[in-house]
Amino acid sequence: MEPLEDRVLDGNAIGGLLIEVFGTEMTAATGRCGRCGTAAQVAELAVYRPGLGTVARCRHCDNVLMVFVQVRGVTCVDMRGLVSLA
Amino acid sequence: MAGTAVRGRLIWQTATVSSVVDETATVRTLSLDVPDWPGHRAGQHLDIRLTAEDGYRAERSYSIATAPGERVAITVERLDDGEVSPYLTEELRPGDQIEIRGPIGGYFVWDPVDGGPLLLLAGGSGIVPLRAILRHRAREESPVPVRLLYSSRSWADVIYRTELEHHAEGVAVIETLTRQQPAGWTGYARRVDQQMLTEVAWPATQAPLAYACGPTSFVESVAAGLVTLGYPPGRVKTERFGATGS
Repeated sequence: MEPLEDRVLDGNAIGGLLIEVFGTEMTAATGRCGRCGTAAQVAELAVYRPGLGTVARCRHCDNVLMVFVQVRGVTCVDMRGLVSLA
Repeated sequence: MAGTAVRGRLIWQTATVSSVVDETATVRTLSLDVPDWPGHRAGQHLDIRLTAEDGYRAERSYSIATAPGERVAITVERLDDGEVSPYLTEELRPGDQIEIRGPIGGYFVWDPVDGGPLLLLAGGSGIVPLRAILRHRAREESPVPVRLLYSSRSWADVIYRTELEHHAEGVAVIETLTRQQPAGWTGYARRVDQQMLTEVAWPATQAPLAYACGPTSFVESVAAGLVTLGYPPGRVKTERFGATGS
């Protein structure tokens, strides 16, 4: 059984999902955490369970930055954890 | 409806397996024919979607193993408890079709214009996107110097072994075999640690660009180690594969 930490991925793993949602490549975009202010590229965020129900967290303070959920074939995204994404 | 690619949109397309190559006992490269493939950059990946008869779907991402201009190929490692990899490495035959979408990625990519010197760090199957970068560099005849530090469990687990032995000029390949070494092995025989990075990495004063890919624990360890050596975090690009066979 692999170490627990090996099951955590990064924003590269949701590159396709991000294009689906935003219509453009987003892994190089910079997001700023609304809780601790850390700015990081999306590719560097901690990503849990890519697929139905995906969570991207701030690596610095673990704050949930983005949540992706599929509801009846539509991908819904909650980005309230981010103060900016550009 | 066949995949009509509109530039900038990412759609699921049907790809046909054109050939397969066994790289090691557990690793296979699949070359794919993708109609309307828009081309790709070195370091990008594609997503694969498998649909079972009962409608169950599984999606995975795999790094593109070939350089821009070459036929698209992915290299897949079979995981014993994998849901998708056993099918890709043992069941798929030339002529079979799979659903893919890509290319994806704008962060973990390299073009000669990005410069160097380049430090590539591979843990196990993390070598895949780095091999695409090496091939791209060679095809473009880029003079950027490269050091590749490649960690594998054993000699038999080294992917692209022959190709790496005949690498282009200006490339130094340093291997470490962490579990088993062949008789007479004089290279590194342990997991990558701070001492090894100190000996292998370009000095930070040369403003190198680093790409680290492999299991999450490997990537985190080497990225932190490089920052300790003075690499600005923005010059250390990371791609975590999660768990791999290594």
